[in-house]
Amino acid sequence: MSVLVYADSSEGKFKKTALEVVSYGKAVANQLDTELTVVTVNATQPEELQNYGANKILNVNNSDLNVFNAKIYAGIIIEAAFTSNTNIIIVSSNTDGKYLAPLVAARFNAGYVSNAVEVPSNTSPFTIKRKVFSNKAFSNTVITADSKVIGLAKNSFGIKENPTTAEIEEFSPALLTSSIKSESVEKASGKIAIADADIVVSGGRGLKAAENFKMIEDLAEVLGAATACSKPVSDMGWRPHGEHVGQTGKPVAANLYIAVAISGAIQHLAGVNASKTKVVINTDPEAPFFKAADYGIVGDAFEVVPQLIEKLKAFKAENA
Amino acid sequence: MKILVCISHVPDTTSKINFTDDSTKFDTNGVQFVINPYDEFALTRAIWFQEKQGASVTVVNVGDAGSEPTLRKALAIGADEAIRIDATPTDGFFVAQQIAEIFKSGGYDLILTGKESIDYNGGMVPGLLASFLDIDYINGCIGLEIENNNVNASREIDGGVEKLSASLPIIIAGQKGLVEEKDLKIPNMRGIMMARKKPLTVVAPLESTSTTQIQNFEKSAEKSACKMVDANNLDELINLLHNEAKVI
Ligand SMILES: Cc1cc2nc3c(=O)[nH]c(=O)nc-3n(C[C@H](O)[C@H](O)[C@H](O)COP(=O)(O)OP(=O)(O)OC[C@H]3O[C@@H](n4cnc5c(N)ncnc54)[C@H](O)[C@@H]3O)c2cc1C
Repeated sequence: MSVLVYADSSEGKFKKTALEVVSYGKAVANQLDTELTVVTVNATQPEELQNYGANKILNVNNSDLNVFNAKIYAGIIIEAAFTSNTNIIIVSSNTDGKYLAPLVAARFNAGYVSNAVEVPSNTSPFTIKRKVFSNKAFSNTVITADSKVIGLAKNSFGIKENPTTAEIEEFSPALLTSSIKSESVEKASGKIAIADADIVVSGGRGLKAAENFKMIEDLAEVLGAATACSKPVSDMGWRPHGEHVGQTGKPVAANLYIAVAISGAIQHLAGVNASKTKVVINTDPEAPFFKAADYGIVGDAFEVVPQLIEKLKAFKAENA
Repeated sequence: MKILVCISHVPDTTSKINFTDDSTKFDTNGVQFVINPYDEFALTRAIWFQEKQGASVTVVNVGDAGSEPTLRKALAIGADEAIRIDATPTDGFFVAQQIAEIFKSGGYDLILTGKESIDYNGGMVPGLLASFLDIDYINGCIGLEIENNNVNASREIDGGVEKLSASLPIIIAGQKGLVEEKDLKIPNMRGIMMARKKPLTVVAPLESTSTTQIQNFEKSAEKSACKMVDANNLDELINLLHNEAKVI
């Protein structure tokens, strides 16, 4: 019995979350002393997954599947699970993964744990640590059902190379039908999506006006980062709503989150706590964000940020 | 249109999170409970359909008597009736099984839920309901129009928005954007008075299973203190980010 991972791709290329979930799947397979099977849809280079420990890759090639549909994709994963005779299925807890995982779990009467942050601490009983209370705590959850579906929280395990030689198979499952039709997909072009970003640079109300966000964009550009903002900023229309992070906005689980002129209200922190390293730039040494941050600068954003941009440019030039 | 709205009864976002009984139970001491914020968007959208297009709105919760104030609040906001399935929910699987029964016996056209509850963040009830009832669902919904049987919705995707069409019956798991935040309904005096007369039915749970069990909780590790860097020494910040945190 193997472990099955679903590795998602976008326009043929694996997402970072896919490489992470395969790395994680390998660790779980090792723990159970078994093989790792990975199912992918329309990946142009499925063999890339060999670098992360896949023993077998089931690649579905079908242009009808270019647009994601949760039910149909869940059906593919379900058939892959039957084919590979597995009862442990792992997906990323990213937007699409969270959409399809419960459908897969229902099919197998499986216990489903989303937002897992570690490999199982015990495989009998099967115990997994996951994030709860909007990242304010963890629970150690036992999956009591025979079948298990695990959703892995983004950036919690990391991408780990583990070269293997995999058997790559064309896989043509029967497709389910869905009454849901995708009419259009609009992506904010040329910009890094917050969900995919390793680095996020975020600005708050302390920046005082929409035009001052130019320096946030500039800082993001040097770092190859996505831009974000606090809620009042998007409420006032200084930035688009899609950039608002926090409890009621988007969650951020970046490697580096830079908060400029954001106070660090609890609702904001709820959405960014999962980021690894947090840097705060704020004039107010009492701003609550300093308690949650790893590195802090008490200073005026209008002075600090332009300097930081120049210094980072120099650093990048040196380390290119 | 008959709408069923799933309401989760959760600790207010600003609550301090503590555990008792050897870290096996959430400590409700001093915690204020509210309608799950994502469910609030769903409920407000349901009331919009009720007011503008004509629809009946039933709210449902799986919970003990402690959830009743939350259900009464939903009634005060405008729901027509409330159902409480009298059980302490053990996991999303259990909750979805209970709600599926209500749907089957009630002749509903639409289920609205939040995309997840902010306590256990499982995000599984809408998808499980869809499977148990064999109807489609849309997750992370940020826009919803329904005319006759036709559903037009949009959902958030990584870095963008997808527009979708579908038909009733359907399950919609919503989030911010389903309605504008400024339009979220809050109970007024009249609503509160009327809510007292609206039916709140308590039903027994059906025999069902859980597939997971929480062994215990851990609080996030105390963070080490923030390292302060002088605003005039940004080289030091870059050095720390590069050599210590290894993020640039
Ligand atoms: C139910 C609910 C849900 C919410 N959800 C969210 C959410 O998802 N996301 C969110 O962000 N908020 C959310 N909020 C709002 C939240 O409570 C705060 O109001 C908000 O996060 C504050 O944003 P801010 O830090 O940008 O603004 P402010 O609180 O105004 O803080 C601005 C900061 O900028 C600093 N500053 C000012 N000038 C400068 C300068 N020149 N240089 C450097 N620093 C400067 C100030 O010292 C201050 O700390 C929610 C609130 C509620 C009630």
